[in-house]
Amino acid sequence: MTIPSSLIETTQVALLLAAAPLFTGWVKMVKCWMQGRTAPSLLQPFRDLAKLFSKDVVLAENASWIFRFTPYLVFGVSVLAGAIIPVLSTDLLLSATADVIVLVSLFAIARFFTALAGMDIGTAFGGMGSSREMTIASLAEPGMLMAVFAVSLVGKSTSLSQMTAVISQGGHAMLRPSMVFALLAFILIALAETGRIPVDNPATHLELTMIHEAMILEYSGRHLALIEWAGMMKLYLFTVLGIAAFFPWGISLNNDLPAIAGALVFLFLKLGFVGMALVLIETGLAKMRIFRITEFLGSAFLFATLGMMSFFMLE
Amino acid sequence: MYLLILLVIPLAASLILAIIGDRKYAPEVNIACSAVSCGASIVLGLQVYEQGPFLAWDNFFFVDAFSIYLSVLTAFVSMTTAIFSRRYMRREREHGTIGHRRMRFYHAMYQLFIFAMLLCLLTNNVGILWIAMELATLSTVLLVSLYRTPTSIEAAWKYFILCGVGISLALFGTVLLYFAAEKVLGPGGAALHWTNLAKVSSQLEPTILSLAFVFLVVGYGTKVGLVPMHNWLPDAHSEGPTPISAVLSGLLLNIALYALVRCKVLVDGSTGTHHSGNIMMGFGILSIMVASFSILRQKDIKRMFAYSSIEHMGIATFAFGLGGPVATFGALMHMLMHSLTKSAIFFTVGHASQMHRTQEMDKIRGLIRGNPLVGWGLALGCMAIVGMPPFGVFTSEFLILTATIKDAPLMAPFLLLGLTVTFAALFRKVQHMVAGEAPAYQIKLKAAHVPVVLHMALVLVLGLYLPKFLSGWFQAAVGVLK
Amino acid sequence: MNPTAAAQLNSLLAALILLTAFALVVQRRMNALLHIFAWQGFLLAVSTAIVGFVGGAHHLYISSFLTLGIKVILLPYILHLLIHKLKIRKEVDSVINVPTTMMIGIILVIYSYHLTAPIRELSTLVTRSTIAVALATFMLGFLMMITRKHAVAQIIGFLAMENGLLFAATSATYGMPLVVELGVALDLLIAAFIFGMFFFHISTTFDSLDVDQMARLKEED
Repeated sequence: MTIPSSLIETTQVALLLAAAPLFTGWVKMVKCWMQGRTAPSLLQPFRDLAKLFSKDVVLAENASWIFRFTPYLVFGVSVLAGAIIPVLSTDLLLSATADVIVLVSLFAIARFFTALAGMDIGTAFGGMGSSREMTIASLAEPGMLMAVFAVSLVGKSTSLSQMTAVISQGGHAMLRPSMVFALLAFILIALAETGRIPVDNPATHLELTMIHEAMILEYSGRHLALIEWAGMMKLYLFTVLGIAAFFPWGISLNNDLPAIAGALVFLFLKLGFVGMALVLIETGLAKMRIFRITEFLGSAFLFATLGMMSFFMLE
Repeated sequence: MYLLILLVIPLAASLILAIIGDRKYAPEVNIACSAVSCGASIVLGLQVYEQGPFLAWDNFFFVDAFSIYLSVLTAFVSMTTAIFSRRYMRREREHGTIGHRRMRFYHAMYQLFIFAMLLCLLTNNVGILWIAMELATLSTVLLVSLYRTPTSIEAAWKYFILCGVGISLALFGTVLLYFAAEKVLGPGGAALHWTNLAKVSSQLEPTILSLAFVFLVVGYGTKVGLVPMHNWLPDAHSEGPTPISAVLSGLLLNIALYALVRCKVLVDGSTGTHHSGNIMMGFGILSIMVASFSILRQKDIKRMFAYSSIEHMGIATFAFGLGGPVATFGALMHMLMHSLTKSAIFFTVGHASQMHRTQEMDKIRGLIRGNPLVGWGLALGCMAIVGMPPFGVFTSEFLILTATIKDAPLMAPFLLLGLTVTFAALFRKVQHMVAGEAPAYQIKLKAAHVPVVLHMALVLVLGLYLPKFLSGWFQAAVGVLK
Repeated sequence: MNPTAAAQLNSLLAALILLTAFALVVQRRMNALLHIFAWQGFLLAVSTAIVGFVGGAHHLYISSFLTLGIKVILLPYILHLLIHKLKIRKEVDSVINVPTTMMIGIILVIYSYHLTAPIRELSTLVTRSTIAVALATFMLGFLMMITRKHAVAQIIGFLAMENGLLFAATSATYGMPLVVELGVALDLLIAAFIFGMFFFHISTTFDSLDVDQMARLKEED
C-alpha cells in the first residue's frame, strides 16, 4: 500500500515537532544516568515549553521589529528544514527543492537573524554573543559546505533525497575514506553549530563562556519558547541530517507502509544511539577556550577537504 | 678479486680501528689500510684500462671507466688524507681538543666513510647506491661535530637534517625509477642495475623519468652542494676537523655528482631531450654565481674554501649538463683536479689554522715566513684552484669554457664572471695570509709534507701532460656518458 | 579476502595514514606526537602486509615486520626514553600557526595528487591510487621539519618522511627489492643511533632542544 508523499511530508513535520524535544530530553536523561543523577522525565522539555508559552512576553523598550520577528522566523525556517531532510522516506513532496545547499543557507538565515536580534537590544551580552556566533559561523560554514560536497560527490548529487538514496544502496560505503573524513568533519561542525560541548555549553549561563545563550538572553515568554524549540529542532535536524547522509540504511525508498514503519523504528534506534554518543562526547571533553575554536573548526574544514580529496585520490 | 680487497679493506679497517682504539700506532694502521686499498684500486684501474668494464658477483658490482677513475681518486685522496691526519690529529689531541674515545671514533668512522664512498662507486644497483650515500652522510655527521663545540654541533645538525631530507628526495626519485624500470625489466633487484637500465633506457617511460629526475637532482644535488640546497656545506666544512673537510670537499661531493650524472644518462636515454641537462646547467650556473660572490664576504678561511668547492661543483655540474664530448671530458677532468687541489688546500689550511689557533683570516699572517711549505702550498694551491696555468684546473676549465662558447654562448659570460670574481676574491684574501711578517702569536709546527707536495705535483704534472691511460679512461667515460 | 575489498581497505588505511600525517603536523604535545607517529607506523605496517598478501609479493611481509619492529616499537620507545631522560614536556611551538599549517598541508596534498598523475595512469596495480597519499605524507613530513623548532619534532618529521617513502614504494611497485629495503632499514637504525647522540649533545651544549638557539653560524656581512 502506497502512501501519498504529501502525507509523509506532514508526518515528517509532525515528527520533527514532537521528536525534537523528546530527543533533547533523551540526551539529558542519558547524561544524568552517566553522571549518576536522577534523570528528569523524557517529557520535561515539553513541560518547559508549555510553561514558557503560558508566560507573558517582556519586551525591551528599544526592541525593533527584528527582535519580535526573529523567533517566528527561526522557528519557521527550522520547520522548513525539517521538511526537506529525508527522514522516513526519500520520496518527499519537497524533494525537488531539497538541495543540500538550500539547507545550509536555511540554517544561515536563522543564524543571521538570531545574531541581529542579539544586537538589537543593545546589551553588552547580546552583542558579545552575536559577535562570537558570527565568528564561529564564518569558520563552520565553509567546513559544512565542504563536508556536504564530499558526501554529494559520493551520492552523485546535491539533492538530499537522491544522495540518501544512492548512499543507502551503495553497500559498505563506510569503508570509503571520503565518507569517513566527511563524517568526522560533520560531527565537529554539528557540535559547533548546535552549541554543544566542547564549543558551547547549552546548560550554562556563565557570562564569559556562553555564546548562543548570550544572544537570546533578552527573550521571554512565547518568543523564548519558540527559540528554545527551534534550538531543539536544530539538534534533531543535524542528527537526522547526519543519519540521512552517513547511515541511511533502513530509510524507505518508496512510500510503502511497511517500509515507512520500518524506517520509523530504525530512526528511533539511531536517534537513541546518537544521543548516547553525544553524551559520551560531552562528558568526555571539557569546553575549550574560545580561541581554540578556530583550530577545532579548522580541523573540521581540513577533514572535509581531505574527504573531498580522497574521493578523487583514492576512489 | 681486487674489487673485493678494495671494498673489504676499509670495512675491516673500520672494525680494527674501532677495536684497537687510540693506540700510538692507530694512525699508522689507518694509513696502511688506506694505502692497501689505494693499491688495490690502482690495480683494478689497470685491469679496467686493459680489459674494459666488467661485472662481478652476480652482477652486483659494476666497474667501468667512470666509476674506476673516481674509485682510484677516492682511494688515493683518502690515503693522503690519512697521512695528513696523522700529524694533524696528533696535534689536536696534544691541545686537548679531543680525547681518546673520540680519536677511536674518528678513525673508525673515517674508514667507514671511505667504504661507503667506494661502495657508491662500485655497486651496480641504484638502490644500494642510495644506501651507501646515506651511509656516507651518517658516518660523517658525527665527525663534523667531533669537537663538540656549540657551533660544530649546530653545523652537524644542519648537515644531518638537510642531507637527510635531500637524500630522502633522492630515494623517492629512486622509487620512481624502479617503478619505470619494473615495467620493462620485471620486478626484482635486477631492475635497479645500471647495466640493465642503460640497455633499456629508451623504453623507460619518459614522464616518470622526468619526474624522477627532478627528485634525484634536488636530492643528490643537496649532497653535491648545489645552490640553493648548499646551506649545510660551508658550516660542515668549517666546523669539522680539517681532514674531514678535505675528504668531504674532495671526495663526497664528487660521489654525489657521480650518482647524479649516472641518473642523468638514464633520463636522457629515456626522454631523448636535453631537458635534464638544462636543469643541471641551471643549478650549475646558479651555484657558480652565488658561491663566487659569497667568497668575497667570508672571514673564515675554511668557510671560504667551502664556497670555492660549491663553485667548482657548480662548474662540473654545468659541464655535465652541457653534455658533448669536450664538456664531459672537461667535467671529468675538473672533478679530478678539483679533488686533488682542494684537498691539498685544506691540508695547508688545517696547518695554518693550527699555527694561529684560529680560522679567522684576519689573524692568519706571514705563512711563508712561518712555515714555507704551508705558505707556498696555500699560495700555489690557490693559484691552481682559481685556474691559473700551468695547473690542471686551468686545462679543465679551459675545455669547459670552450665547449660553453660553442654550445651555449649565452651562458659563457656568467661562467666567466663567476670565475673572475672568484679569482679576485681568493687572491685578495690569500695574499694577505701568505705574505708579510709572521705575527708573534704564530706557533711553529711540523707540517705533513707528503700529501701537499704529492697533490700539488700531480696537479702540476697533469696540467702539463695528461698520461695516456688517464685520457683513455676519460675517453671511455665520455663514451659511457654519451 | 578478495582483491577489491583489500584495495578498499588499503585505501582506508591510506586515508588514515594521511590523517596521522596531518595530526603530526599540527600536534604540539611531545607525547602525543610519539603516539601518533607509532600509529602511523602501525597503519603502514598493516597496509604493507595487505599489499603483500594481495599482490603476492611475499617479501613485503618482511618489510612489514621491519616497519613494525623499528617504526612502531623501537623508535618510539627510544624517543620516549630520551624525552623522559631529557625531561621534555613543554608544548612545542611551530613557526606558523595551526590553521595556516593546515592550509599549506591541503595545498601540498593537492600538489602531490597532481604530481603523481602520470604514475597513476601507467600503473596497473590495485594500490596505484594510494601513491598520491604516500607523496603527500612525505611532503607533510617535510613541512613538519620546516615548521618545527624542536629537535625531536624535526626528527619525527624526518621519520614521517621515511614512512611516506616506504608507502610510496609499496603502492607504486609492491615494494623495493628486498636488499634495498633491508639497507634502508639499516640506515634508519644508524640514523636513529645518531640522532639519539645528537639529542644528548644538543641538550647538554644548549640546555634545550629548541633548534632556534642554534643560530650562531650565519653569513656575516
